[in-house]
Amino acid sequence: MKVVVCIKQVPDTKGGVKFNPDGTLDRAAMMTIMNPDDKAGLEAALRLKDQYGAEVTVLTMGLPKAEDVLREAMAMGADKGVLVTDRVLGGADTWATSQTLAGALRNMEYDLIITGRQAIDGDTAQVGPQISEHLNIPVISYAQNLKIEGDSVIVERQYDDRYHVLKAKMPCLITALAELNEPRYMTPGGIFDACKAEITVWGRADLKDVEDSNLGLKGSPTQIAKASDKVRKGAGEKVALDPAESVEYIVGKLKEKHVI
Amino acid sequence: MNLEEYKGVYVFAQQVDNIVNSIAFELIGKGKDLAADLGTEVTAVLVGSGVKGLADELAEYGADRVIVVDDPELKEYRTEPYAHALASVIEKYKPEIFLVGATAIGRDLGPRVSARIHTGLTADCTQLDIGDFPLNPIPGKEQKHNQLLMTRPAFGGNTIATIACPDFRPQMATVRPGVMQKKERQAGAKANIEEFNPGFTPNQNYVEILEVVKAVSETVDIMDAKILVSGGRGMGSAENFKILEDLAEVIGGTVSCSRAVVDAGWKPKDLQVGQTGKTVRPNVYFAIGISGAIQHLAGMEESDIIIAINKDDTAPIFDVADYGLVGDLNKIVPALTEKLRAEMANKN
Amino acid sequence: MDFTLRKEHEMARSLFREFAEKEVKPLAQEVDETEEFPRETARKMAKNGFLGIPVPKEYGGQGCDPLTYVMCVEELSKVCGTTGVIVSAHTSLCCDPIMTFGTEEQKQKYLVPLAKGEKLGAFGLTEPGAGTDAQGQQTKAVADGDDYIINGSKIFITNGKEADVYVIFAVTGTIEKRGRKIKEITSFIVEKGTPGFTFGTKEKKMGIRGSSTYELIFTDCRVPKENMLGKLGQGFKIAMHTLDGGRIGIAAQALGIAEGALERTIAYTKERKQFGKPIAALQNTQFQLADMATKVQAAQLLVYKAAMAKATQKEYGFEAAQAKLYAAEVAMEVTTKAVQLHGGYGYTREYDVERMMRDAKITEIYEGTSEVQRMVISAALLK
Repeated sequence: MKVVVCIKQVPDTKGGVKFNPDGTLDRAAMMTIMNPDDKAGLEAALRLKDQYGAEVTVLTMGLPKAEDVLREAMAMGADKGVLVTDRVLGGADTWATSQTLAGALRNMEYDLIITGRQAIDGDTAQVGPQISEHLNIPVISYAQNLKIEGDSVIVERQYDDRYHVLKAKMPCLITALAELNEPRYMTPGGIFDACKAEITVWGRADLKDVEDSNLGLKGSPTQIAKASDKVRKGAGEKVALDPAESVEYIVGKLKEKHVI
Repeated sequence: MNLEEYKGVYVFAQQVDNIVNSIAFELIGKGKDLAADLGTEVTAVLVGSGVKGLADELAEYGADRVIVVDDPELKEYRTEPYAHALASVIEKYKPEIFLVGATAIGRDLGPRVSARIHTGLTADCTQLDIGDFPLNPIPGKEQKHNQLLMTRPAFGGNTIATIACPDFRPQMATVRPGVMQKKERQAGAKANIEEFNPGFTPNQNYVEILEVVKAVSETVDIMDAKILVSGGRGMGSAENFKILEDLAEVIGGTVSCSRAVVDAGWKPKDLQVGQTGKTVRPNVYFAIGISGAIQHLAGMEESDIIIAINKDDTAPIFDVADYGLVGDLNKIVPALTEKLRAEMANKN
Repeated sequence: MDFTLRKEHEMARSLFREFAEKEVKPLAQEVDETEEFPRETARKMAKNGFLGIPVPKEYGGQGCDPLTYVMCVEELSKVCGTTGVIVSAHTSLCCDPIMTFGTEEQKQKYLVPLAKGEKLGAFGLTEPGAGTDAQGQQTKAVADGDDYIINGSKIFITNGKEADVYVIFAVTGTIEKRGRKIKEITSFIVEKGTPGFTFGTKEKKMGIRGSSTYELIFTDCRVPKENMLGKLGQGFKIAMHTLDGGRIGIAAQALGIAEGALERTIAYTKERKQFGKPIAALQNTQFQLADMATKVQAAQLLVYKAAMAKATQKEYGFEAAQAKLYAAEVAMEVTTKAVQLHGGYGYTREYDVERMMRDAKITEIYEGTSEVQRMVISAALLK
């Protein structure tokens, strides 16, 4: 059984976001991490490796330094790493990103593709389902539980008030929630091996059955009109009122913010 | 792609068990505003099995037209037949704008549909406007008018981006539930109802539903709570947390606490917010009788709205609070609970 | 000369740091308070390969180098000195001598499960009358058929009651050396549960309070001859060689404690306001922090240099002694200043620096006091 896990290197927004003096996001100053949902997806794949001897390949698209996230995955136990990097792929939205990854996946063998539900830098949750569409395979998103039964996967999928137990024939794609599991740590020895391991690097020419018009910034249907920082909060208002006025004040604010 | 052919604002009217989800009315409400700007109409797309009867409700909330895709294959939500339904509607009717709720269903369905019909999709929008793209004229680049401008938070809410989809149609967005306002319900309002069935033939992309379990676990993790009512040493006693529990119940929140409270044995450790407890990021965080030690702030300062009540006006909690009230929590909190109870009663 | 770390060391550090933050830090205060050995943490460390870092893969280890091991102890000690010394005593004082002096059979039987973390290791040299002076040993091992019979006791043994495998030392006779009669010391591997091997009192300590520090008692304890580690009479050499490595581990523990205290103090002085401004805005605070940070950096360089010496040199006792002497004294100084800069809060158990100051003190004492390190260093200078 062959499993490909799509992972992404993202800035760690949890440890606080850093800004440049001009107010734009200072990505260079921010630590990068493996996207948490992707890490859960990787853990799910590694459990399939432990259980069924599945071969696990990690795939990422990004700048050359995204190699680091592949090595991290390999230090956790992934067998192979593939980095798709090319200047013409830059500036991609979810459509162009999913086209790129689908182009890479067409050159790979897989029974199961796992992606994270969404990346913490974009929060779109689109790339996984879009890849499945391009590859014309079934998708189950937001997987909370995963097992293999013959040539099918059985997945628990959570909705607002219920969950479905779904069965899909492989090859298929599932998107994983961080809640799916508790990802393992790298091991020290795994790190040493991963740093020696060969990483496969692919460029535009290695993508199969993808038009140039679907790649990179030019192939992205969505375009950014404006990006700005949310105003960072410092101390807000402080008032000393009698209890009745205090209540009015809070209720007013809750209404203003559509909380109630 | 002839962009001019694409007309009208369409919304996906999500239903589950033949009950229309509130997001559908919110999308119709917002769709009406957009349609007014564009001089066009709002069409709700209702997908399911035996759902035709729900069309009137959509009309009462403002839909001008309802397209009903009704088929036994659509009884429970599954990605493939629903994607086929929407993609077929889009191919046939050619909408200019197509809105989907950013619900668990919508966020699964939207990307698959947008990939099938080759258009852009902007996720989790919190604001939608009609305007020009680029926003300001750029020499040598055509400025297009009447574009859907889709605004959404990114980077964990640290940045805001406005996105356009100038060269593809429909312009698709998923919209965060609870953000857009529904219109006043007009009893007896009618819409044009059109039935459309593109045919549903199961293929390898249809997944099999083995089981539907309609129970959702009830244990609330404070990390998942949208509203936290958090108490500190200033509560004075374990018994006094009752007033926070009352407030939490009225506002649909969960009670949490500071470390001092855990140390005093008033509340269990799993409710503790802070460095040695949990890091939370609710929409609203009430810090009540919490002075705001660094260790506590580290666990909650990323909350969207922080409301602090403390009698000490130099308490550090006021440095991070959006709204700080200097006063006696024992008077303010019960009064606030009563007021909110009345507000909620009025609303329903 | 290049001070940049290799990629694998950067990654290993981030691994240890993440583990320490998530798994160890939340328990540090409780471990100190309750004086309970953190078994669950030890189990997790075993699962993640932290108990066999410098041991070759063929013996169940991770196949990494001493620097990686040092970073592990450093990062763990940054948040919890108790947890740091569990790894240090296990790795340096038990795995290392078996790796270096053990037979192939001993390695298969003992090193493999130790390196995999299935078993925990300890080291028994110190006795009531033999601490710094190893010649003061009273524990005796007498040959009897295929066995040795051990009698005596060992005190202050780290991982004392929690370990499964012990490397211990006993007097097996007397020999003539340069005309003087001296004790012949031999090393043995003893398993927990061996009849005649029991535990005495648990020490109540100032710091590293979760560390299991016990007296080991041997009463007609029979150990098979094949459990002799190294050769008859090689014990003193094994002990000294092992302690050279152990000192690097303790130096890393001291370094970690100092770094942890510095980190917390920097954060605290930025937040704590007096006279209307953060105390970090006061020049006294700034100068104190500058001195602390410079010494911590110097300690780190010495510790890493000692780790590299262990990787590349046959003898590294000099580097180990310098690293331990300096890092331990820096740990004591930095944690003391950290408490001072925290003011009254720093004296309370609410703040980590209070525990760190108590934890720091032992690093100046065990595995050779600072005075012994000075003896080792000066002896090398004056030979």
